[in-house]
Amino acid sequence: MCDHTGFMENQETPQSTTRRSFYSAVIAGLGTVIGAALAVPAAAYLLFKPKSDRKAQWVDAAELNSLQVGKPEEVVFRRSRVDGWRVVNEKATAWVVRTDQQNVVAYSPSCTHLGCAYHWDDAAKNFLCPCHTSTFSVEGKVLSGPAPRPLDRFVTRVDNGKLLISPTIQKA
Amino acid sequence: MLKTILDWLEERTGIASAIHHFLYEDIPDSAGWHQVLGSVAMFAFLTQAVTGVLLAFNYAPTPGDAYDSLRYIVTELTGGRLIRGLHHWGASLMIIVVVLHMSQVFLWGAYKKPREATWIVGCVLLLVTLAYGLTGYLLPWDNRAYWGTVVTTQIASQAPGAGPYILRLLGSEGGAIGVVTFARFYAVHVLLLPPLTMLLISVHLILVRKHGVTPTLDDQDKPKKKFYPEQVFKDTVATFLWFAVLVGMAILVKVPLGRTADPTDISFIPRPEWYFLFLFQMLKVFEGPLEIVGSLVLPTLAILTLFLVPFIDRAKLISIRRRTGAIAIVTLAALGWAGLTARAVATTPPSTESPDAGLASVEAWRMIPAENLAAIGYFSKGNCGSCHALGKSGTGPDLSVSPSQKPADWLMTHFRQPAPTSPATQLTGLQLKAVAAFVAKRGDKDVEAWTSAPPAAVEGAMVYHTSQCGMCHELNGTGQKVGPPLNGLSDHRAREWVQGHFAEPAKFSPGSTMPPYKFNSHDLDRITSYLLEIPK
Repeated sequence: MCDHTGFMENQETPQSTTRRSFYSAVIAGLGTVIGAALAVPAAAYLLFKPKSDRKAQWVDAAELNSLQVGKPEEVVFRRSRVDGWRVVNEKATAWVVRTDQQNVVAYSPSCTHLGCAYHWDDAAKNFLCPCHTSTFSVEGKVLSGPAPRPLDRFVTRVDNGKLLISPTIQKA
Repeated sequence: MLKTILDWLEERTGIASAIHHFLYEDIPDSAGWHQVLGSVAMFAFLTQAVTGVLLAFNYAPTPGDAYDSLRYIVTELTGGRLIRGLHHWGASLMIIVVVLHMSQVFLWGAYKKPREATWIVGCVLLLVTLAYGLTGYLLPWDNRAYWGTVVTTQIASQAPGAGPYILRLLGSEGGAIGVVTFARFYAVHVLLLPPLTMLLISVHLILVRKHGVTPTLDDQDKPKKKFYPEQVFKDTVATFLWFAVLVGMAILVKVPLGRTADPTDISFIPRPEWYFLFLFQMLKVFEGPLEIVGSLVLPTLAILTLFLVPFIDRAKLISIRRRTGAIAIVTLAALGWAGLTARAVATTPPSTESPDAGLASVEAWRMIPAENLAAIGYFSKGNCGSCHALGKSGTGPDLSVSPSQKPADWLMTHFRQPAPTSPATQLTGLQLKAVAAFVAKRGDKDVEAWTSAPPAAVEGAMVYHTSQCGMCHELNGTGQKVGPPLNGLSDHRAREWVQGHFAEPAKFSPGSTMPPYKFNSHDLDRITSYLLEIPK
């Protein structure tokens, strides 16, 4: 830009040059402060997790006796989920496997690769994701395909013959 | 490397010479601090745009969700309170700087030929700024927003001939404020006004550049100076000071968020935003058929006069020191405005609702119906918890996990004889019915209250329920409306009054049909404390 302003700078004394650079420095400095004062809260506002005091609630998903040991069942249950400023009451599913008389695992219904809904292939005795053909064993382990980790699990508890599911998901 | 890129950019777009052209504009020698306000006003608009977009990322513009989403922004999101504060106080500070900018232009006579069009576009920008204030006022959807907008739309509906059409345009057929009005106000606030503002600011700036910054008489024989860096420095310092005041207010001054809009709330005193208070006060001067003079005729005439200023005063430019007429007009306008505003503030009774009532987190037990809180008490009095423990496994199901699915008559039989060996229940039929309704229908708030309500409050609710106060009074949304609703009792009644009133209602409220209640001192203490602790 200097070539455009040459005619001006020829007339300037060293004193006015100092003043000009002071002005430029203040303009840049205050501009940066204003920009940062807007950008930093904006970034925190958009990127930080909301501070919600609403706790996840356990929900009653199934009677233990209705499940056969070793046979995965798709269990549909209702749960409350915090969705922004709302608490939505919605249907949710879990793939539940009763491992013995007292113990149960409940898998989150999304494939660990890209979140597609997988299903139990009764002939092949494994979980199959239709999107990119990942397969998982009944224990949730990856047998084939692009899935990066075993199936995610809901935290569960058995109470008085009932299977209770917490919305908290544990990643393997 | 950088130079290569810049040269390329300059050659293909001319951007460097465009910036240079913009920065090295010739301005008169007299230009200085008094001319910084236009830049500050433009920056104020930019701040509103940035913070407005940020709010919109988490705001749901419907009456059902607006309030909850705004509350979520200010209470749960990091920086949300600050960003809303910047937007809220930014609006007020923008109006101040726009009015100061216009006053400066008026005082210096800078609207004179050939700058009439610049002045007129500026007047439109002032109206646009006020329109932002008017439409944005509704968007928090609290009582302040709702009732303020009811009054505004009613004023607009008085326009002779056009009234019903204006009302229809505002989506307020029949005077009600609902989803349609809300959608219209939101659309105007975020879809219509911002592009209009950008267009008008562009035209305003082009006109300023076309005619140049207004010189004074002394400037004629002085060399011109450049906009950059001296005037840009002054503009930046002024902008920074304005912004520092804004950030300080956003951090230190509470932004009001009242309770969610309640069209049945008859105790709320609607007041407009401070910059419209003078209009509100002026309305009081004109009564009956003259009301329209204060509400529409005078404001319209004032706006018309403002637009016509350059055509009314066509005299030659003189020094500001000799513009006594202009100085007198601005002084009188400021005094009149301040007087009306001060009068409006002084005559406003104290609000029955704290301005940040919506921000206080209210414990669940203060929000659920008394019957539900009483049922929690009966549940423990009936020893139900010995089998149905909360949050852990017991002989019976944990009722905090999911509501009971059993039919009501099964529950009543079960309560009377829960197990073959259990003793007969001490609870009355009325109390058992409350427990049956509670375990079958309890919501999330009830469960929260179940684990956290203080025992004294539960006892108070049990006295309230056993005495069947709900047959005549409404509390937390349930009960009949024969007597006055009891929410927020502590706002207007003292403890002694409430206790005396129980014993002799007619003595304290002449004409009351409420029968006297002779509680023992323990029950009287509990029910009084309970009632005084339920918020409005």
